[in-house]
Formats: sequence, structure tokens, C-alpha cells
Amino acid sequence: MKLRNILIATAVAAVAIPASVQAHRQWMLPSMTVVSGEGADVWVTVDAAVSNDLFYFEHQPLRAEPLVMLPDGSAGEVKNKAQGRYRTTFDVQIQQRGTYKIFYASEGVMGTYKLNGEEKRLPRGTTADKLASVIPAGATDVRTTTASNRNEIFVTAGEPTSTVFKPVGKGIELVPVTHPNDLVMGEDATFQFLLDGKPTPDLTVTVIPGGIRYRDQLNQQDLKTGADGKVTVKWGEPGMYWVNVTTPRPARAEGAPPAPGGRRASYVTTLEVMAP
Amino acid sequence: MQFRVTGLTATALGAGLFAPGMAAAQTLDVSVTIPRLTVAEYHRPYVAIWVEKEGGPKQTLAVWYDVDLKNNEGTKWLRDIRQWWRASGRTMRFPAAGVTGATKAPGTHKVSFRPKLGAGNYTLVVEAAREVGGRELVRIPFSLPKGGTARAAGKSELGAVTLTVKR
Repeated sequence: MKLRNILIATAVAAVAIPASVQAHRQWMLPSMTVVSGEGADVWVTVDAAVSNDLFYFEHQPLRAEPLVMLPDGSAGEVKNKAQGRYRTTFDVQIQQRGTYKIFYASEGVMGTYKLNGEEKRLPRGTTADKLASVIPAGATDVRTTTASNRNEIFVTAGEPTSTVFKPVGKGIELVPVTHPNDLVMGEDATFQFLLDGKPTPDLTVTVIPGGIRYRDQLNQQDLKTGADGKVTVKWGEPGMYWVNVTTPRPARAEGAPPAPGGRRASYVTTLEVMAP
Repeated sequence: MQFRVTGLTATALGAGLFAPGMAAAQTLDVSVTIPRLTVAEYHRPYVAIWVEKEGGPKQTLAVWYDVDLKNNEGTKWLRDIRQWWRASGRTMRFPAAGVTGATKAPGTHKVSFRPKLGAGNYTLVVEAAREVGGRELVRIPFSLPKGGTARAAGKSELGAVTLTVKR
């Protein structure tokens, strides 16, 4: 991606994503995704940050509250959470067999209205339930866009399972065709993406391998979901990959606010591709 | 070193008797050489030995790991035998009676298995992963009910591997 495009994407993200996480690339990086261990002392630790380069801590720590869904679908616990200047770190204890989801998600409303002939923007961090209270009486030409933001990673102890992928029907969600913890170099992986619970074509899928600092080319793959919401990814090398799926964003002037009146959603995951 | 897995033997023999079309019980004699390495910090490798049926299931024959650590801690590193972990290990519980055993010192180790295998094409796979070291995998194709001996060798974490199929 050219720098100009990055700037545009960043500008869009700044508006689309709630105030806690603005701009750049947000990510969570687990210490491992394929876990063995029958003992009581098995842990995965996660670094979470917002940065330009993947996966380096050089801009902002993650400020959202991460949650854990255990393989049986119940809520797990984030332990030892600490926020540093550049990154947040936390642990998840692995006590069940199967696939864990570590995630955070948010939804906000942005938009504009006219009051006495003057155009105003909704305050940052507005949520759907507070919409009525932030639009003053007498406002006209109200135009709003709902923005959903989801970031989730997966960790599997023993055999991969699928309970944590049950869609909630909000924002963009991943449905495995290939399980995200069963990725091996040399095997293509297919994922289906839902927007508000429905398989959705033409979502923008961006795939970037980690380790950006030590190479000249971004090696970014720009893909789109097909008619069934599915996309197939070919891996260039083993390692950690950042995957970002968004609703299509029409090109517009740099710095200009997005045109309100639609649905905007972003999904981020980090996938580990094992060496064969 | 030679050990028989009596439980499996009984199962294999039973299947041979009662399952028509099953190959007669065969013995897989496997010889695995763990090379002596001159390194500052040496730990005996974790080793998995398994059989893959062409286009079919994968069956673990042996896993050598740190079975004696407290709280089953040695199982934490089983994932490092990564092809085996994906092929079979991740479905297993540890320790597994008749399958798991302690890590082995450098040298040649002979083991015999009597798995329940029908006629067909198979691959014997031996994979070794060493703490603070490397990982290597050796594959030996074979067919049943044919007998015979086949050899392969690793370059770093494994030495010679020999398979003799006896009917």
C-alpha cells in the first residue's frame, strides 16, 4: 500500500473506530496459538497495541477491555493485565481443551445533523442507545452511520473446536472453513465473513505478515470476499499474520469526513501459520 | 532396547481374527538413532513415531517426552513435535498407556509395534524436536501386506531410521 493510501485508510479508521483505539493498526499478538499441556500451569500471554509496523510496540497500548470466551462458550478471565506506554499485556490460563477466543468489540454511531442551518457532528463515542439524547430538539437532516469494531484472536489447546465461532450477528465476524488454529504453510486457508450475521460479498480483506521492520516490501495481500462471503488466503511464509476485514470504503478527499448514512464495520484478527 | 505393547498386541491379534479383509497381524520393527551432538546445552529430544495410511487415518505408535516432570509439565512442549501434533497428538491425552515413554539418550533404539493395520500404502514417520535445538522429520513409505526393510536418515536431529515389516 502506498503511503497516501495508508494515510487515507488511517483517516477513515480514525473516524470509524471508537475513541479508545484510533488510527494505525490495532492488534493482539498471542505468545502461541497451538497449545499442548495437560498440567495446571499452562498459559498464553498476549501483547496488545496500536502501531504502524506489525507487530512492534511503537505507538499506543490497547485501551479496550479484552474478554475471554472459553471453549465451552462460557466467559473466561483475563489475568495479570498491565498497560505500558506502548503496549498492554495480559495472560489467559489454559484449563480447558479446545479453542479459546480472546476479543473485544464495540459499536458506535457517528453522523451529522443541522441545527439553525449549521452542520454539527455527533460527539465521539456516541452509542445507539444514547443517540436520542445527543441530537438536540429542532435538529434537521440527521444522517448517521453505525460503526462496529471487533478484534479477536484464537488459541487452541488440543483439538480445534468451533463453539466460540457462533455468530452474535453484530458487525463483522469470522466463520471458519479452515480453522484459524489449523493453518500450515503450503495449505490455502478459507474463511467466511459475516456482516451483521449475513455472509457478505465485497468486504475488503487485508492480509499482512508480521516482521515488517526487517523488510522493504509490505507484502500485503488485498482481497475481497466472494458472493458467499468467503475468501481464500495463500500464505507466503510461516509466521504471524495481521488480517483486517472492513466494509468497502469509497475513495474520497484526504481528511474529509466519510459520508454518513451507512454501515461501517471493521474486523481484526492475528493468525499464526505454522511451518510444515 | 526392546519393548512390547501387550495391550495393543492383544487388540491387533483380536482384530486379525475377527475382521475379515484385515491383513494378518504384522510387526513393525523400528530402529531410531538419536545423534550425539556437541552443543553447550543438550536436552534429549522429544520423539514421536507414527503411521499414516495413504489418504487415511494417522496412528501414534510412540511418544518419548519428559514424562517425569511434576504436574505433567513435560506435555507443554509436545506441540513442538509439530507435524505429529497436528496429525495425531492433539487428539490424545497424556501420558498415554502403552504409547508414551521417557526421552532416550543418544544412540540407537529398537522398538517393535504391532498396530492394527489393513492392506494398503503407509508411511512411517519419525519426528524429533529438541529443547533449545532443532527439529527434524524422517518418512519411510511401506506397503502392507508386503514385508521387508526400508531405511532413511536424518541430517541434524535424527540419524538412521530403519523399518522392518514382518508378517
